Amino acid sequence: MKAIFYILIFSALLLVTSCSLDNFDEPNAMFSGNIVYNGEAIPVARNQVRFQLWQPGYALTAPIDVAIAQDGSYSSRLFTGDYKLSFVPGQGPFRTPSDTLFFELTGNKAMDIEVTPYYMIRNPQFTYATGSINASCAVEQIITGTDAKAIERVSLIINRTLFVDANSGDEGSLAQVDAADLSNLSNLNLSVEIPNDPKKPDQDYIFARIGVKVAGIEDMIYTQVQKIEF
Amino acid sequence: MKKYIFTVILAASLVWGCSKNDEEFLDRAPTSILTQDQIFTDPSAVLSLLGDLYNRYEDFGRLDDWASVADFNIAYWSEAGRYPEFQNDGWGFGSWSTWNYGYIREINLFLERCEEATELDSSLKSRFLAEARFLRASYYFEMAKRMGGVPLILESETYDFSGDASYLQHPRETEASIYDFVISEAEAIKDILPTNADSKSRATKGAALAMETRAALYAGSIARYGATTPQVSLPGNEVGIPASMAEGYYTKALTAAESIISGEAGAYDLYNSKPNLSENFEALFYDKANNPEAIFVEDYKVGGGKTHDFTIKNQPRFGAEEEEGGRINPSLQFVQSFELLDGTYAPLANEVGGNPVYYDNIGDIFQDRDARLAGTVILPGTTFKSKPVDIWAGIVLADGSIVSGDSRGQEKTLPGGTEQVQVVGFDGPIDGLEFTAQTGFYIRKYQDPNTGSGRRGTQSDVWFIRYRFGEVLLNAAEAAFELGQPDVAAGYLNRVRARAGITTPLTGADVDFDRIAHERYVELAFEGLHFFDLKRWRLAHIVLDGNPINETEVIQNIGVATKRETQPYGIWPYKYHNPGDPNDGKYLYKVSRLSRITGADRFQFGNYYSEIGQDLINNNPKLIRNPNQ
Repeated sequence: MKAIFYILIFSALLLVTSCSLDNFDEPNAMFSGNIVYNGEAIPVARNQVRFQLWQPGYALTAPIDVAIAQDGSYSSRLFTGDYKLSFVPGQGPFRTPSDTLFFELTGNKAMDIEVTPYYMIRNPQFTYATGSINASCAVEQIITGTDAKAIERVSLIINRTLFVDANSGDEGSLAQVDAADLSNLSNLNLSVEIPNDPKKPDQDYIFARIGVKVAGIEDMIYTQVQKIEF
Repeated sequence: MKKYIFTVILAASLVWGCSKNDEEFLDRAPTSILTQDQIFTDPSAVLSLLGDLYNRYEDFGRLDDWASVADFNIAYWSEAGRYPEFQNDGWGFGSWSTWNYGYIREINLFLERCEEATELDSSLKSRFLAEARFLRASYYFEMAKRMGGVPLILESETYDFSGDASYLQHPRETEASIYDFVISEAEAIKDILPTNADSKSRATKGAALAMETRAALYAGSIARYGATTPQVSLPGNEVGIPASMAEGYYTKALTAAESIISGEAGAYDLYNSKPNLSENFEALFYDKANNPEAIFVEDYKVGGGKTHDFTIKNQPRFGAEEEEGGRINPSLQFVQSFELLDGTYAPLANEVGGNPVYYDNIGDIFQDRDARLAGTVILPGTTFKSKPVDIWAGIVLADGSIVSGDSRGQEKTLPGGTEQVQVVGFDGPIDGLEFTAQTGFYIRKYQDPNTGSGRRGTQSDVWFIRYRFGEVLLNAAEAAFELGQPDVAAGYLNRVRARAGITTPLTGADVDFDRIAHERYVELAFEGLHFFDLKRWRLAHIVLDGNPINETEVIQNIGVATKRETQPYGIWPYKYHNPGDPNDGKYLYKVSRLSRITGADRFQFGNYYSEIGQDLINNNPKLIRNPNQ
């Protein structure tokens, strides 16, 4: 009887103590920041642009994908350690830093990543006029010379929710229209009719943004999402 | 005393139970497995083993997976569970990947063991070996199409349990070298394989040459058109082929195609057995008795244990042999891209100047078009298995309003009428009702006209044609065009077009890239080839650019290779009801945008070559990731 009692005590002890051997602490470092050009965040489409973090020094290396939010920010919760950051070639409507960035992460770290976009959208204005949204903006070419790329189209995109982009089907756009005339990039005017929306008939506001598609680059560059009430 | 007797008997039986022949007694041949010696001495056993390798041939489009031949918005899928495919915005990077080195290893083992076999007849043995090499090259070709360059493993490898597996980790070859391998294998085995146009399901000289021409054409176009998308390449050329190599590949493609066309590989020709050209084109796919067009097929046999359910899934719903069917609904864009018989493009004439055109018969709008249209698509007003289909969407009244139903063949009372009349066809189209012809069309290609083919208990044994003479002609035409010989290209195109009933032959001056692309689009639709055409011409990201299609652009730019294909549209026939009016009882057509189609497909640069999974990279860190992923 006594023996069984000891065995029970012993195995109970094993149960409560042995797990600590293969337990990890949860990741506790927050890595966050913005993708910026001259300090200004570059808005992109949600979950379309990403960069990769690699943690060297382990036998099996797999990248940690960090998606960029639609306002140009990112955040990722990670383990403390040394990391290197690299962009996937061809990702994003910008020229990425060619060097791999190395950094050490302990605790929270905020870091803005400086990139050079092909274009920036300046001075976007959105107004509501019975049944449609009008917008104007200027498009400034940043990368010129041999690496310059042409504009394929400039689109005004509206959606019933805060998530607005041209690529997510009807989740991302309720309606979109391309600018008809791209001859004067310093003054572009767009207008899109608000379609009858069976899902939210009574909504008295709408979200809009302008996007620029650069020829040969998959991801578009956007303005920040604007809420328009009417 | 009694208990001693038992002990003695037990001891005695133990003693006498042993004999010096124990080993012989226990050494029994297993009845459930065949040893290598048993197999490689018996030709029929070797053939069974080879049959297993044939069975595992990897196809992109398959008849037992109906959706695989109808992807990329060439058709709408009339099955409720598949609507989400038209509501999303594209494909994951891992789509279409294939990495079956287990299959490669077993082919390599087969080759090694068959090579060692001593008791096989030498001509038989060399044929077996050539067939296995054909299968191995076919699979490497399939991997190159989807993954780019892959490790080229040509012998079986064994782990030595030393704890270090790095000698088994091979880096990726360049994309060009995989294509080179496929081409050189085809060249090496073509004269060993039999020259027999009647052997369809085993590798022949024709099959080897057909594989060679396709592989060389794909490689040539990747070299030429890959230059337009420098993003889709890797610095080590694991993906991407240098543009300078294009010419050489196109020349090989043309040479290989011409050796089939000249009859060097056997009596292959276009299928031309029926006077009605549409029926002829339809029969090309199901006629197994006397078909000079099929070169290499996956064969099936009802009652032989190998059947598929393509007809069950796609038979017209009205009069179907099971309570299902009608899944593949070819799109309006596809239907209207068939030329008029004089070789011009025209949208379906449903409206002139904003006014509807009234047709006496429901199918009249499709008259005088390329015979392949009615051979590929079940149009309203036609029949399948001698039963007419009943495709019409409703009744248009004098004021333009529409009376329709939401169940198949529903009846309603029309305004001013007294009795109930049918207001919608038994095949629909009804928006959102699965198995009805939601675009207004069903697929005809590869449907089996035999009774029972639509029954689950019987199924269909129509074969799937992997290589056919028509494609070889188009390969030759494309290669000749790319080599600057448009007259030669026009000659090959005209053979295919004459079979389709097109009366105006092309001249060399008519042949441009769009012509080549268009001819392949209409001739080879639903055969699992369109996707690779889009990829190798680097058009996929343009055609599938993620933008929705509006109702004015859908009927424009017919026959242009860069036309947007992000969403399928439909066109629905209606009956006109206006007693006293001369048009009463006639038919009119309306372009329809289906409500379930809310997404627009976007093909990203990272989709051009499928993702190599992280698990594979963990096992073999020498593998380089595909671009843009």
